[in-house]
Amino acid sequence: MSRGGPGLGSIVASQSDYFQATRGGGHGDYRTIVLAPSSVQELADLTHHAFDLADKYQIPVIILGDGMLGQMMEPVEFKHEAPEELPIRSRALRGAKGRPSRIIKTFTSKPTELEELNWSLYRRYQLIRKEETSYETFLVEDAELIVVAFGIAARIAKGAIKNARTDGLKVGMLRPITLWPFPSAKVEELANGTKHFLVFEMNMGQMIEDVQLALAGKGEVSFYGRPGGVIPTPSEVFRVVSRLYYQKGLK
Amino acid sequence: MTELIDEMNLQERIIGIPPPGCSVFAYYYFDIDMAESAHGRGAAVATGMKRAFPEAIVFTYQGDGDLAAIGTAETIHAANRGEKITAIFINNAVYGMTGGQMAPTTLLDQQTTTTPYGRDVKLEGYPIRMSEILALVEGAVYIERTAVNSPANIRRTKKAIRKALQTQIDDLGFSLVEILSPCPTNWKMSPLEAWQWIDKEMTKQFPLGVIKDTTGDKDAN
Repeated sequence: MSRGGPGLGSIVASQSDYFQATRGGGHGDYRTIVLAPSSVQELADLTHHAFDLADKYQIPVIILGDGMLGQMMEPVEFKHEAPEELPIRSRALRGAKGRPSRIIKTFTSKPTELEELNWSLYRRYQLIRKEETSYETFLVEDAELIVVAFGIAARIAKGAIKNARTDGLKVGMLRPITLWPFPSAKVEELANGTKHFLVFEMNMGQMIEDVQLALAGKGEVSFYGRPGGVIPTPSEVFRVVSRLYYQKGLK
Repeated sequence: MTELIDEMNLQERIIGIPPPGCSVFAYYYFDIDMAESAHGRGAAVATGMKRAFPEAIVFTYQGDGDLAAIGTAETIHAANRGEKITAIFINNAVYGMTGGQMAPTTLLDQQTTTTPYGRDVKLEGYPIRMSEILALVEGAVYIERTAVNSPANIRRTKKAIRKALQTQIDDLGFSLVEILSPCPTNWKMSPLEAWQWIDKEMTKQFPLGVIKDTTGDKDAN
């Protein structure tokens, strides 16, 4: 659960650990799946999903919640059904009874062996990118300005966008659910419809880098952020959105 | 603690490290230099401070999760190196600030939010006696366990802290005072019941008294 930082900081919500979760900072050329719920229901659903993903791809999965999700109460329905038969894992360690022994390791004294291991991980990451990228869109079909936000910020943005729409501003939102793999292809696709993007996150600018990478210059990215655990209000975000809308000459 | 800082004239040379946790606000109550450390790392930060500035008197103020869970390694090794710091260890048998979860010091059968049916030896092991563990470490020179559940115990605690600070002033080694402390909120008791529970239950697992004192064996230098 991301809290205000750095250091002890605060215990209220912040989105300041996007880099830490997606860029890792651990050892080795690895990636981890990062899921960003934006409601308590989604927190429950994604937790089940996280275990399934971790097991299927043998990869760590981070569920990146925040202090607000951690401290709020909402009704939840537990809908997950475990599969009747669990998959057989051919590398599982259960004691080498009646079969050759299995070793789980990465250490090797042959660099080319380690390189091949890394490339096989790379292929796995490519597969995950293809199969597991997940996002939600909100009113993007005719949008002239697209807000990109994740987690609790996306809920705040949704409130702002609903207000903007009643004022006739054509604003939509892309909410990444997997922060890794990031929905870069969707971002690029949305840039076919409009070139104006507003990244809104509760930090000094982290996810914006992934948005900029995905657009590769194809769109214009603006930013609105509040760091330190300050929770912006929908009306505040609405003011930012409408001001940007006018500044860009969209109305 | 503040009385001792005044009485022993330490205000200008004492540096404290408050914990994350309920007592993090310590720096609003002590008019001395203080620095936050990450959870459990108080002994490590204190080590750095004391070695960089040996004239200071450096103390940490840590809870049971801080010192005996996430900070076990730092604590044991700082004591082992004989770092000339003083650890004030507040033992209230739960993780307080986060809502009353089981701590390493939680008693058997004690109900907490993560042991709703009571701490079970088979699943959750035994409560840990940190003072006794540290007494086995040669660098630790003065270790006492007290409580703050009566005026007499509070006076005894003040004497223990005074002795621990004096150990540091005399440059003798690592000192620690473990203080059994009530947490009526998370124990779900009234303050008076909490005071009594310390006497009736906690002291059975965590006996009060001087656990180790090798200060008399060493020269004052």
